[in-house]
Amino acid sequence: MKFGILVNEGPYQHQASDSAYLFAKAALAKGHEIFRVFFYHDGVNNASRLTVPPADDRHIVNRWAALADEHKLDMVVCIAAAQRRGMMDDNESKRQGKDADNIHPSFRISGLGQLVEAGIQCDRLVVFGD
Amino acid sequence: MSEEMDMEEGGTIKKFMFVNRKAPYGTIYALESLEVVLISAAFEQDVSLAFVDDGVYQLMKGINTDGIEMKSFAKTYRALEGYDIEKLYVDRESMEARGISEDDLIVDVQVVSAAEMADLMNEQDVVLSF
Amino acid sequence: MLHIVNKSPTERNSVESCLAHAKKGSKVLLIEDAVYAATKGGAAEARVRSAMADVTIYALQPDLAARGMADRVIDGVNLVDYGGFVDLVAEQANCQSWL
Repeated sequence: MKFGILVNEGPYQHQASDSAYLFAKAALAKGHEIFRVFFYHDGVNNASRLTVPPADDRHIVNRWAALADEHKLDMVVCIAAAQRRGMMDDNESKRQGKDADNIHPSFRISGLGQLVEAGIQCDRLVVFGD
Repeated sequence: MSEEMDMEEGGTIKKFMFVNRKAPYGTIYALESLEVVLISAAFEQDVSLAFVDDGVYQLMKGINTDGIEMKSFAKTYRALEGYDIEKLYVDRESMEARGISEDDLIVDVQVVSAAEMADLMNEQDVVLSF
Repeated sequence: MLHIVNKSPTERNSVESCLAHAKKGSKVLLIEDAVYAATKGGAAEARVRSAMADVTIYALQPDLAARGMADRVIDGVNLVDYGGFVDLVAEQANCQSWL
C-alpha cells in the first residue's frame, strides 16, 4: 500500500515527528511504500541540518535522513512554512539574499501542492501533529 | 505547483476534508490550514471544510486583528466560493457549547449534527487536520 | 474509518470529540498522550468503556509503557505496536487524526 505522511510539528518539542518516524519505519518494514513525507507548520524544523541534540539522545533529523536515504523517500518541506520560520536551502538563501542556508540535503523544499498531490496519489495519508 | 503536475493529476478526484478544530490567531494552524485549502482548489478535488470544537471560532464576524498586529484571514473564508469551495460544515454542538449561532458567522455554512458530521467524515478519502 | 487521537483527555477534548464523531463500527487508536484515556481510574475511563459498545478501542503499547501506564489498561482495549498501527491504517478505508 502507498502511504503519505504529514508531520505538523518540529522535533523534540512534540512527539509528532517521533511517532511519524516510527510509523514510517514500521510501514516500510511491512513492505509498504512511503510515497512522500511532507513537513508543514513547525514540522519544517525537522529539516534543519544544524540540529545538535545531546549525544545520548536520538538525532531526529539524521534519523529521518538515514531512513530517506535507505528507502529513497521523498521528504518535502513546505516552502511557505519554511520561509516564515527561517528555514531555507542554498537556492532559496541566494534568492533571498541571505548569508546562510540550513536545510539538510535529504530534504527538499517545495510547495503545498506536493501535499495535495500526496493526498491524491496515496492510498492513505496519515497526519501527525499536536 | 507546476502545470505539468496539474496534467498528471487529471482524472483523479478524491474527497478531501479539512477539519478545523483550533481557534484562530492563538496558533497558526487555522491560517496555514487555509493556505492548503486554497492550493487544493487548483487540483480540482472534491473539497470540504469542517469546523468542529474551537474551530468554529475561526468564522466569527467582526474579527479585528489590528491591535495584535496580525493579518486577519477572516475574509478568506468568504473568498472560498470563488475557488469553487462551497462545502463548509459547522458542528452544531460545537457552536452551541460556545454560545454561537449561525448569524454570528462571516460566511454561509451548513450546520450539521455530530451524527451528520460523522457521516461526512466517514465518506472522505483524505482527511487533513491541523 | 480509523480515528487517531494523541491528546490527554484531561488536557483537551480530542478524545471526547472523536468519540462523539466516530460512527458505529469505527476504530479508535489512542497514541502519545491519548493513551491516558485507555487507563483504569482515569477521568475518561467511563466514557471510553461506554464507547466500546460502538467502536473498537486500540492503544499504542510503546506509548503506554513510556508513561508507566502499561499495567493499568482498561479491559477490552486492544494493544498494538507501530506495526499494528500501520495495519490499522491499511485495513480501514480512511483515517483521521484528532490533533
